[in-house]
Amino acid sequence: MADTASATVRDAITTVGAADPAKRDFLKLLTGSAVAIGVGAIVWPFIDSMNPAKDILALSSIEVDLAPVQEGQAITVVWRGKPIFVRNRTADEIKGAESVALNQLIDPQSDADRVKAGKEKWLVVIGICTHLGCVPLGNKVTDPRGDYGGWFCPCHGSQYDTSGRVRHGPAPANLGLPPYTFAGDTKIKIG
Amino acid sequence: MAGLHKSEFENPVVNWIDTRMPIFTMMQKEYGSFPTPKNFNYFWNFGALAMISLAIMIATGIFLAMNYTAHTSLAFDSVERIMRDVNYGWLLRYIHANGASMFFIVVYIHIFRALYYGSYKAPRELLFMLGVVILLLMMATAFMGYVLPWGQMSYWGATVITNLFSAIPIVGEGIVTWLWGGFSVDNPTLNRFFSLHYLMPFMITGVVFLHIVALHITGSNNPLGIDVKSPQDTLPFHPYYTAKDSIGICVYLLVFAGLVFFAPNLLNHPDNYIPANPLVTPAHIVPEWYFLPYYAILRSVPNKLGGVILMFSSIAVLFVLPWLDTSPVRSARFRPIYKQLILVMVASFLVLGYVGGKPPEGIYVVLGRVATAYWFLHFLVLLPILGKLERPLPLPESISRPVVRRPPSSGGGGPLPQGATAKPMEKP
Ligand code: FES
Repeated sequence: MADTASATVRDAITTVGAADPAKRDFLKLLTGSAVAIGVGAIVWPFIDSMNPAKDILALSSIEVDLAPVQEGQAITVVWRGKPIFVRNRTADEIKGAESVALNQLIDPQSDADRVKAGKEKWLVVIGICTHLGCVPLGNKVTDPRGDYGGWFCPCHGSQYDTSGRVRHGPAPANLGLPPYTFAGDTKIKIG
Repeated sequence: MAGLHKSEFENPVVNWIDTRMPIFTMMQKEYGSFPTPKNFNYFWNFGALAMISLAIMIATGIFLAMNYTAHTSLAFDSVERIMRDVNYGWLLRYIHANGASMFFIVVYIHIFRALYYGSYKAPRELLFMLGVVILLLMMATAFMGYVLPWGQMSYWGATVITNLFSAIPIVGEGIVTWLWGGFSVDNPTLNRFFSLHYLMPFMITGVVFLHIVALHITGSNNPLGIDVKSPQDTLPFHPYYTAKDSIGICVYLLVFAGLVFFAPNLLNHPDNYIPANPLVTPAHIVPEWYFLPYYAILRSVPNKLGGVILMFSSIAVLFVLPWLDTSPVRSARFRPIYKQLILVMVASFLVLGYVGGKPPEGIYVVLGRVATAYWFLHFLVLLPILGKLERPLPLPESISRPVVRRPPSSGGGGPLPQGATAKPMEKP
């Protein structure tokens, strides 16, 4: 029994020793790919540990009471560490936002797609300039609002209209829309 | 046993160690008797100065870390505590903060030296590229260090710079979230920046080591840009250049001390003494002065992705510089046209730095665009063409000839190639 086993081993050694090039290449390839997969598998936990942790993901929704926000005013609330602008738009501002032809826009999107149907006066956007992340001015009535009556970014001069759409560069995109729903007439839930 | 080293040191302890691990012999060879061209001017001090800067930054940084707290609610106060309560904390912090500026000044001059005297040309391409790697690591380190005090500029600088990566199509947003460890710059970001800010200086040290290894293989360039031809052309590094470097170090420390003790906040921004506020962006976001030229390039392009690409290429172009410059002559001293162009290039860099600190409007935009255009024109168009068109002045036969035959000993002596007589020791 022991004899046959060692004979098999000896055979195996001789076969490998015979250096069949195709077989050797195959073994090298196999070893190489096993190492690559192993390294990849162990690197991923390190990389993924830098992604948002569970507690950060958990802080995901807030409720905002809209009652105190008068027409023409805007407030800033914080959601996931980001400023969210909630603006009670005047009739003029809504009309202005709706009447713009889409081909005049840098990032074409109709006003209707940016608010909830029947709640056109409430504009809820992420208050982060899509250029390099500054907080645009315009929530306070005394702030500069740019040529389009929305927001003005002090960092590199981007301008947004009353629908939060970018109208003047360098920002490439409209102000982002957070996921939110109306919970009653004067309350929204963001997240 | 594979050969013990035969040490020549007399001190028995040194000899005992050296026999088993010949580091003393190595130091003697690489820093003692190392043959160095004998015509260095003071521009050749800046490598040593950069090393000193790195050492000072690491030393002060380690002690600052003992009193710093990397948490968004504590970081700002812990820095103020270092300033007010920790013994000599103010000194350590001001040395560290101004040390970053000194490090960049020194390194920028060091790079200018390499560009002016053609130190990037064969066979020193790899040496130069390693230097560019060091520059990039330094920039990353400095950026993350600036975030740690968690003032307004820290916060908004971090926001703007990390957002640069969002310009990458498709994966950009994911990368930014990953960098932040959240949905905005916040505590996880601060923590990892502290960790990396502590790590990277040691990576720099590693690359500096490689930089020096490469240097000691090729040997130093020199103001004439010609090769060392005989032992006559060189001096042992010690004591000649240790002495010359010491003079440079004294001047460097004088300037450094002047900054630290008389104008410690000259190069800082007052907004960074306001605690970070994620809801209010300061009216003017400006990076530290040593980043202003790149910031100006970023802003001179009205397109986000375009600006980011151009900014990174402004440094990436240095990696291929050894192959862009087609002239076989190294030193600008013998290249009449290049000598002018490199000054224009320096001017464009300075203009960019000036513009980067100004609001992006009116004349500043125009200036920024012109300077950006020249930067790329210089490296990508002018240098490749110039190598073909320019008629270099005749090169001296060897380093020793012009050095030995210079006034006042001139008058006699054999004829010299034209150009070789131009005072080689002058400081341009
Ligand atoms: S961050 Fe708003 S314009 Fe650049």
